[in-house]
Amino acid sequence: MEPIIIEGTPKTPTIKFDSREGIFEIKGRSIPENSVEFYKPLNEWLDAYMQVPLDKTVVNIKLEYFNTSSSKCILDVFKRLEAIHRSKHDVEINWFYEEDDEDMLEAGEDYDSIIKVPFKMIEIVE
Amino acid sequence: MNFDLEKLVSDLDIRDAILYFKGNIDSEVINKVLDSAEGRLLSSHENPKLRKKVYNVLVESLQNLYHHADHVPSGYRAAKPDRFGLIMMEKTHKGYRITTCNFVTTTRVRELEQKLTKINTSTSEEIKELYKEILNHQEITEKGLGGLGLIDISRKTGNRLEYKFVKYDNLHAAFRLSAMVTVE
Repeated sequence: MEPIIIEGTPKTPTIKFDSREGIFEIKGRSIPENSVEFYKPLNEWLDAYMQVPLDKTVVNIKLEYFNTSSSKCILDVFKRLEAIHRSKHDVEINWFYEEDDEDMLEAGEDYDSIIKVPFKMIEIVE
Repeated sequence: MNFDLEKLVSDLDIRDAILYFKGNIDSEVINKVLDSAEGRLLSSHENPKLRKKVYNVLVESLQNLYHHADHVPSGYRAAKPDRFGLIMMEKTHKGYRITTCNFVTTTRVRELEQKLTKINTSTSEEIKELYKEILNHQEITEKGLGGLGLIDISRKTGNRLEYKFVKYDNLHAAFRLSAMVTVE
């Protein structure tokens, strides 16, 4: 299946989900007024990937800001990844946060406590 | 009726505000307010931790107005009746105060008060659990997740949310909400 690539804007993140390499990335800001509309194509793409996942999928989340409506959409992405993990495929989520950004670290820990997929918290030191 | 939303902030000095907007809140306005605030915070070399918190709280405050402000009462002067509100940000000696004002229908006042009372009487650990509970179990609607914006603001600031309702007529009240953004 073809990768999904969505270029970032000041309010929406860059999305690069490469189904051939098994490397997925969400990077930038996710603060749109209508997050559901933005994340819909990504979740539809993931529904298709869930049928034919690679043995290993690595997910890199490098968000600078995200709003509360995006938080639910990101959880929906993680729930799909959890389903892939449950079907005996390796999934690893790397949650990047900037040095001293405790709010972003806590947000990653929230997801880690809800989603049963190995999470790695990675501090970006400038 | 001689009432303006500005009256709700008459105890604050709007001349000292580093950001002030009153009008209809659309996507374009949100972009401009955020850009302007971020520019000010960067040019004043604000502590990055505080800068990020302020930006986050501004995003949620603006989007609360965008999604949850009720129509203005008929006869109130506004370019359009929906998504009308006021937002201002002041620098204080401890950090930044972000204040929003908008109209709500009187039927929503009680519900909002209950939500705010619950938030203000919860410990930080309880706020965290409440956030996760809503995040994980509530369905998202066009308006987002019920009350998660307020919980997020409270969690990010770690301070009590200050608010008041002023009766406008039998059907409407004006609502003011202020969040103090500080870092230790």
